[in-house]
Amino acid sequence: MIIKTQFQIPFYQYLNQDGELSSSAPELKDTDIIKYFRIMTLTNIFDKKAIALQRTGKMGTYAPINGQEAVGAAIGMTLDKDDVFVPYYRDYAALYQRKVRLADILTFWGGDETSMTYSFQAHDFPFCVPIASQCLHAAGIAQALKYKKTSNIALCTIGDGGTSEGDFYEALNVAGAWNLPIVFVILNNKWAISVPLEQQTHCETLAQKAIAAGFQGVQVDGNDVFALHHVLQEAISKARDNLGPTLIEAITYRLSDHTTADDASRYQPKNQTEEAKKFTPLERLKTYLLQENILTNNDINQITNDCTQEIEEQVNLYLGRKLPTIEQAFDFHFATLPDYLIEQRAEALEEFYRAND
Amino acid sequence: MINLIEAVNQALAYELQHDETVIVFGEDVGLNGGVFRATDTLQARFGEKRVFDTPLAESMIAGLAIGMASQGLRPVAEFQFMGFMYPGLNQIISHAARFRNRTRGRITCPLVYRAPMGGGIRAPEHHCESTEALFAHIPGLQVVIPSSPARAYGLLLAAIRNPDPVIFLEPSRIYRLYREEVADDGQALELGKCFQLKSGHDISLISFGASITETLQAANQLHEEGISCEVIDVASIKPLDFATIAHSITKTGRCVIIHEAAKTCGMAAEIMAQIMENCFAMLKAPVQRVTGYDTVMPYFQLEKFYIPSVTRIKSAVYYTMEIK
Repeated sequence: MIIKTQFQIPFYQYLNQDGELSSSAPELKDTDIIKYFRIMTLTNIFDKKAIALQRTGKMGTYAPINGQEAVGAAIGMTLDKDDVFVPYYRDYAALYQRKVRLADILTFWGGDETSMTYSFQAHDFPFCVPIASQCLHAAGIAQALKYKKTSNIALCTIGDGGTSEGDFYEALNVAGAWNLPIVFVILNNKWAISVPLEQQTHCETLAQKAIAAGFQGVQVDGNDVFALHHVLQEAISKARDNLGPTLIEAITYRLSDHTTADDASRYQPKNQTEEAKKFTPLERLKTYLLQENILTNNDINQITNDCTQEIEEQVNLYLGRKLPTIEQAFDFHFATLPDYLIEQRAEALEEFYRAND
Repeated sequence: MINLIEAVNQALAYELQHDETVIVFGEDVGLNGGVFRATDTLQARFGEKRVFDTPLAESMIAGLAIGMASQGLRPVAEFQFMGFMYPGLNQIISHAARFRNRTRGRITCPLVYRAPMGGGIRAPEHHCESTEALFAHIPGLQVVIPSSPARAYGLLLAAIRNPDPVIFLEPSRIYRLYREEVADDGQALELGKCFQLKSGHDISLISFGASITETLQAANQLHEEGISCEVIDVASIKPLDFATIAHSITKTGRCVIIHEAAKTCGMAAEIMAQIMENCFAMLKAPVQRVTGYDTVMPYFQLEKFYIPSVTRIKSAVYYTMEIK
């Protein structure tokens, strides 16, 4: 017997759980670190506000991001404007940086497709609800970017539960086979609604799933913006230089219900949640910023107030939005509306405007 | 003179030649030219960048096409057989059909999913499916089934140039049935239109796909017996050109609908419903349908008893004409 092949999965962490930065951490400018803090603060406040809107009947079901703010923040910080972001459905920190208005995110959960027009980042993909199916879109996008000889890449996010789906494996496989300019980011928050990771896979890491597809998988502390920033930058530039895809497994923890329609207390062990609460990315970075005198408590209060105000404006924009009319349910199915839809549209219009008189 | 599969090949080659955003891919479509040879020689002529094999995964084929289409390419993706499209249904139904609507026109899917359909080729299970109604039921999809070389050429050109996703199903039983003159002039036919294949005044026979063959044979035999049949090839089953069907029924007052797919919720049921809604007063007799049975498509030893035969079509016509 000989050993045919062996593999290793590196794990990256630079800012430890106590907010201490390792001396081996790659350089990150203070202004960038403050940016990270601001984006995560904003996302965190936005999340609470969105839940409140749902609880008070002003919005539909919402998927919170509490505790996972760092991953999206790092994607937004490292992905180029002209790259294509293919999100799953709770990447608010990344979407915000890609110029999607917070009001539009609320409008999505408020039940209106108009939210997905993304006027500022017209090539990014909308929220993807069917689990893991977005991975294949990202692979197709990457293939097209390569075909068109651009230096842009596709980046797609997925949850840990999604890694059990066939589409995830099919996307990894083709990305490897065709050496596509793509980065896959798993937000491993340990829970797929109520099913814990141990029941999802027998693998030690999710990152190693890339090995079977013939490219590198890496694990990163998903609550450490220093490590995330570094790992994403490396993976993105590798893809850009046509050196192959990367699968990044960002380890974090879902500190909220799966959605506002869920009750995580039914299945998440209380001690596990309490433990995870001590190590949120936001608190960790705050500790670091204060310890290093990069920000003072006053600065932090100022940032918090600014974010709160920005969110209030967006919430008001959302609450004052124009509600969709029934025409919109018809008008975007085809480039040209076929006769059968013209007929059905007229029928629906009559009913809609009678009801709205 | 070319047959139906050569017409498919000719249309693909024309579009590859004239539109550099067109790409053709699927399982074995490259060097091998497809298991039926639909893409024969295309890779050699247009290069591996434009005509290529994919890993063997149908959901992947469907999903890749969506991503590519979103970036301005016009993918023509082949599923090796219709029965192997099912792993791709989530991508087709949940995404290809919906991206334009979901993004209010921002991201669109100008793509074609091609697949051979139907029985009669002495192949094993899953190679003989006729489940076009699955797709016709889905909002956002268009479904086309050509039944002649000329219509295959013209409709495939139209499908590739269409700004939205088209399911293009090719009846494999008639891939090589006969040849006809098809000018390679890049002239597309209009989607969403029926084709009147035969004019008649006693009864309207509505069909599509491979069953057009038996329908025309029945019509010719009935003509000898003094029954004048109008034969209409639906061709685009979604959107359905009901105006042409209604016009025919106004003339004949009688109608039989023929397709190979199973009966319940098949396209015949939809056409009958529209006739009921719009043409009830013109009918001289109840509309009949001759279809496959609500059974799994049998292996090929029993296929000919499943696929609507000339005899079954004629019986339905006699019944409708009240001929004992």
